[in-house]
Amino acid sequence: MPRTLRSTLRPLGLAALIASTTALTAMAQESTDPIKLTLHDWTGQLITTQLMGEVLKKAGYSVEYVQADYLAQFPGLEAGDLHVAMEIWETTGREAMDASVATGNVEILGPTGMQAKEEWWYPTYMKELCPGLPNWEALKDPACAEAFSTPETAPNGRYLGGPVTWGGFDEERVEALGLPFEVIHAGTDAALFAELESAYQRQAPILLWIYAPHWAPAKYEGEWVEFPTYSVECYNDPAVGVNPDLAYDCGKPFGDIWKVGWSGLKDKWPGAHKAITAFTIDNAEMGAMITEVDLNGKTIEAVVADWMAANEARWSGWIAQ
Amino acid sequence: MTALPFPSASQPRLIWGVALALAAILWLWGQTLAPFAFDYPKSWQIPAARWIGGVITWLVKEAAIGPLAFSDVTRFLADLIDAPYSLVLSLLSTGLLSGEGSSAVQLWPPLPWVAVIGLFALIGLYAGGLPLALTVTLCMGFVAIFGQWQSAMVTLASIIVAVPIGVLGGLLLGIAAWRMPWLDRALKPLLDLMQTMPVFAYLVPILILFGFGPTAAIVATLIYAMPPMTRITTLALQRVPSEIHDLGRMVGCTPRQMTWRVLVPSAREPLMVGVNQVIMLSLNMVIIASMIGAGGLGFDVLNALRRLDFGAGLEAGLAIVALAVALDRLSQALARRSRTEAPHGTLVQRHPYLTAALALIAITWTLGLIAPALQTYPEAARLTTSPFWAALVEWINLTFFDMLEAIKTAILVFLLVPVKRFLLSLPWLAVVALLGLLGWRLGGWKLAALTTSLSLLIAATGQWEKAMITVYLCGLSTLFALMIGIPIAIAVANRDKAWTITRAVIDTLQTLPSFVYLMPVVMLFRVGDFTAMIAVVAYAVVAAIRYTVLGLQGVDPRLIEAGRAMGCTDWQILTRIRLRLALPEILLGVNQTIMFALSMLVITALVGTRDLGQDVYIALTKANPGNGLVAGLAIAFIAIIADRLIHAAAERQRAKLGLGGTA
Repeated sequence: MPRTLRSTLRPLGLAALIASTTALTAMAQESTDPIKLTLHDWTGQLITTQLMGEVLKKAGYSVEYVQADYLAQFPGLEAGDLHVAMEIWETTGREAMDASVATGNVEILGPTGMQAKEEWWYPTYMKELCPGLPNWEALKDPACAEAFSTPETAPNGRYLGGPVTWGGFDEERVEALGLPFEVIHAGTDAALFAELESAYQRQAPILLWIYAPHWAPAKYEGEWVEFPTYSVECYNDPAVGVNPDLAYDCGKPFGDIWKVGWSGLKDKWPGAHKAITAFTIDNAEMGAMITEVDLNGKTIEAVVADWMAANEARWSGWIAQ
Repeated sequence: MTALPFPSASQPRLIWGVALALAAILWLWGQTLAPFAFDYPKSWQIPAARWIGGVITWLVKEAAIGPLAFSDVTRFLADLIDAPYSLVLSLLSTGLLSGEGSSAVQLWPPLPWVAVIGLFALIGLYAGGLPLALTVTLCMGFVAIFGQWQSAMVTLASIIVAVPIGVLGGLLLGIAAWRMPWLDRALKPLLDLMQTMPVFAYLVPILILFGFGPTAAIVATLIYAMPPMTRITTLALQRVPSEIHDLGRMVGCTPRQMTWRVLVPSAREPLMVGVNQVIMLSLNMVIIASMIGAGGLGFDVLNALRRLDFGAGLEAGLAIVALAVALDRLSQALARRSRTEAPHGTLVQRHPYLTAALALIAITWTLGLIAPALQTYPEAARLTTSPFWAALVEWINLTFFDMLEAIKTAILVFLLVPVKRFLLSLPWLAVVALLGLLGWRLGGWKLAALTTSLSLLIAATGQWEKAMITVYLCGLSTLFALMIGIPIAIAVANRDKAWTITRAVIDTLQTLPSFVYLMPVVMLFRVGDFTAMIAVVAYAVVAAIRYTVLGLQGVDPRLIEAGRAMGCTDWQILTRIRLRLALPEILLGVNQTIMFALSMLVITALVGTRDLGQDVYIALTKANPGNGLVAGLAIAFIAIIADRLIHAAAERQRAKLGLGGTA
């Protein structure tokens, strides 16, 4: 098993390397290599990452942004090719994150402070056709389901779910709660919002998966459906919840958005590790910044610079030793 | 074939009648008697996903060649690719840097945009004269004016590295396959796999083996973009007229001279189609490459569409097209340029273009230090059409939605849904058996064994239902693509102007990321099969047109003259001479149309279809390479079955008509 030998030797080599660099430059104890932060394709994540990047730059670190797919990035983090991922959502990334953490090469760097909310959502004008909303039981009414239907799904209602990759257990939810709805998966986030935009322009019926922080709840007027509150037991134990025979008879979990990093981070850049762990921001702040970028057409750089100027005390606290 | 001779001519109807009747009986009444024929029993399933997953884990973690771990070898390859890439990237985009990341200091700026456009124009002038120089200048100018310069240079860098590797690799493989028929046979299924296996299926292993970043993206691009070059090389060499072989032999060529001095140059035309395909398919991968860290224009497209900024997405997408057109036209012209006698004189006189290029670089670099507008395209001079497109899409949506919805519903209700229901209701046992019978009738027991075993494997790995949805989606799309593509090709093949325009359109269709037009299509048609089908047809029609035109243009004009002299009508010339002689290329076109359609499954998964492509996508997100590869293999199996059956049918048809040739 040459591999086992190699993998035991590798940390030793790394330790030796660190020891020698520390001996040489006693002042700057940390590596001057760039810290690689991953960029995904949604605005909120770009803002969070660039905020973190700017803060690290202020602390004197070299920073590099690498574009990467949300889920395909994990092998990169495990191998140390990538170092920090700023937004892993409890709701969509938990499985991949746990699998990655289990390898021992990736660690969670604490919550970002933002809360991911994901749930069924409808534009306000739909309340006229389905007056019982936002209570989920209104959706059981056949007339209401009909109002949300399209020729392909009639007489069932049509619920546009997120990409299958987001998970979410909507098929299970529909079955467990006995909703006369058909779950259609959008495939991508862009397709999801393209449909919403189209329906909203025509004031046409639509019921879909919306998540926050995002620009959509700011741009479109609407509400989340209120399902029975989520609990771990509701997902795992059929006996718990409205339907005694099936699990998933409740709403979606609301959860933290996590920061995740390569395990080597804390040895290679201990100060950066501290700063990243200390980073927090809340939904309201992030929502406002996303709106600035996506709806008011500002550049991400400008929005990030504004935040940096306005919150100097906060971020200096993160990088103070 | 002696063991199992073909049945005599009077029997086939009987055989088919009996077989179809049996299948129908099973279909109608078998549900209760033999439920296992409909739903493949779970207990019979092969845990292929687990096995393949195990092999991947072993390959990535344990496999070793002597003292070298397999992943060390791949990392070394990655470094080999990375060296030229970094060089090109620093020339085009980042400049010469000292250090890494944000602390890096720029020692020397990258080539100014004026210089890059100038260089493109010079190469154009050298290779194809003033018209070509103007075309490429326009293309690159478009990129600059719409503010895509930075991203475009990142994309260009990866293309400049990927395309030569792809062309050379494809050419060498193709020549080897032509020399050694056994290799050709072994390579065929592999090429089918490379082209039809969705990239997402092998993305995770590639990322682990080659590291995260542009190099992995280039490797993935090569896997996808190389097969057409290999295929077309083999086909082209097989079709070199025997006179040229004789000529080569008469003048005493060694095998090496024969290949490189005689055969490859004489097959230049079709080979250039291969080069074109490598460029186009490489640029086609830009979106997926950007998902694994290649950045560039692909990232801009994705990002714009997430904001539903169709205009910005379209501009970034069109910048990809502009790059494709410029690169393709340049490479075509360079290959056509006949060698001229080297002019005499001083070094400068002998190399006027090289001198001009060096002078241009030196001057613009120096001026760029003084005038930043020459170095980086000025922000203020950028154009954007974004608001216009948003307004246009909204207007179409408000005005035509109901009409489009009615058309869509009609097509869905009368065509798509019935076909889908029918295919899904078929018992797998009957389909496998009929495929076997078809294989046997068309190509003997070998083909029968192939079609039966591959289709059985799909059922045995528990993917029958998804596979049927795939067949329905891609089958109908391929039919539409051929029905649209072949008539267009016939209409434009011999009209230079029309072909030039058509070529621009199909190049655009092939390189404009489908995402760009997919999102407006989603707005008008919602997510689902219909939208997916539009995307597949728009992409696959390119192959149908391109290869049919290639075949028709290759028909010897003297044969057409001869036909005319014998008093053939236009219709007869078309059907009896042109189409028949172009058949090998048209068949290659059908094959490629199917391959293109199947390769679009990655994209259709993104608008919510429930086919094998979606399975691959799910597997990616669960970091489960085993499942992804199994679903990917099923897609490839469908492609191979379709391809072999079509091929065998055509062979039989040709034999019946007494046409020779083995192409």
